[in-house]
Amino acid sequence: MLHMIEHVVLEQSLVAAFAVVGIVMWASHFVAHRLTAGRVHGSAIAIVIGLILAYIGGLLTGGQKGLADLPVFAGIGLMGGAMLRDFAIVATAFEVDVFEARQAGLLGVVSLALGTILPFILGSSVAVAFGYTDPVSITTIGAGAITYIVGPVTGAALGANSTVIALSIATGVLKAVIIMVGTPLVAPLIGLNNPRSAMAFGGLMGTVSGVAGGLAATDPKLVPYGALTATFHTGIGCLVGPSVLFFTVRAIMG
Amino acid sequence: MTIFGVALLAGCTLVGVFIGDLLGILLGVKANVGGIGLAMMLLIAARVWLMRRGVLTRGVKLGVEFWATMYIPIVVAMAAQQNVVAAVRGGPIVLIAGFGSVALCFAATALLSRIGRHPLAHPEGEPEMERGGQVIAGALQPDLQGEKA
Repeated sequence: MLHMIEHVVLEQSLVAAFAVVGIVMWASHFVAHRLTAGRVHGSAIAIVIGLILAYIGGLLTGGQKGLADLPVFAGIGLMGGAMLRDFAIVATAFEVDVFEARQAGLLGVVSLALGTILPFILGSSVAVAFGYTDPVSITTIGAGAITYIVGPVTGAALGANSTVIALSIATGVLKAVIIMVGTPLVAPLIGLNNPRSAMAFGGLMGTVSGVAGGLAATDPKLVPYGALTATFHTGIGCLVGPSVLFFTVRAIMG
Repeated sequence: MTIFGVALLAGCTLVGVFIGDLLGILLGVKANVGGIGLAMMLLIAARVWLMRRGVLTRGVKLGVEFWATMYIPIVVAMAAQQNVVAAVRGGPIVLIAGFGSVALCFAATALLSRIGRHPLAHPEGEPEMERGGQVIAGALQPDLQGEKA
């Protein structure tokens, strides 16, 4: 009997994922309404549950894809993978106010530039503080603080060793996780309540997963504005990481 | 028909990602440069064009908006497959660089949104945006009055 159920779930992995995520969403909305009287967004709770499940999955399997590494939850990997995630993000653009989106220009450029430079300076300073002296490692760890894709792409391009690349990925993933959980908490403090600030936020934070999760948990109507700028972030980071940023670090470190 | 909406969304996504890849190659980067952002702009343009021609049917809207309403569940599935164990176990470098860079960027967001504040620039877009927020929050909404169905 149990074997048969397992067989169905394995065979219908994406369908099973819909059911699992549906249960998680239902439970989190129940908790949000009953236990917090609506003060905490149901989506915020759902995302935190997702992260906890990812942690449990990672502990159980020792893999890198959280819950999706358990065969019965493989469908979660497809449902939350880059393909459907990007498809749904594009769909949110249908709800964009064209007037507001047109204002993105300068604000977007400024936020993207700051969102690349600030985390890089911080990340590479931390690397120096912890005793790294070679420009390749410093740049790779700094790039990891931009996003968890920029880190390994930069590291691979520069020929960094695997320990440093792992550190830089972990930094980027932690950044995404903090943004997902932290954004709803700090949103009132940083004025994140209108399309313009959402576009600045997207460009600054960069990591698409972090921005996607953070804004969903804060105010869904801001999602497309943040995503619009955030999606340029990783590409720009991968462009300047192994080039301009690396040369700068090399020049400074001698 | 609903499939027209889904196909429109798929077409915009594919073209956007393709251009993003192309940009990446042109710039010599091993990554997609803004493909999804470009796809979003294409979809925004397509919506405006369809609305002007009066052919933005309920079916087309349903096809696109269904996927917008699935956005948060998909984000939850995305959260469930992050490498949280590695993030938590990364040690002091990871913790300091992670928390530090987020804090710095939150502060910069506060600064930029203060500089760029314009509370009353486009108040007439408000109901449409609220409706959009409801859709992305997971509920299909009826069309606004006065908008072509």
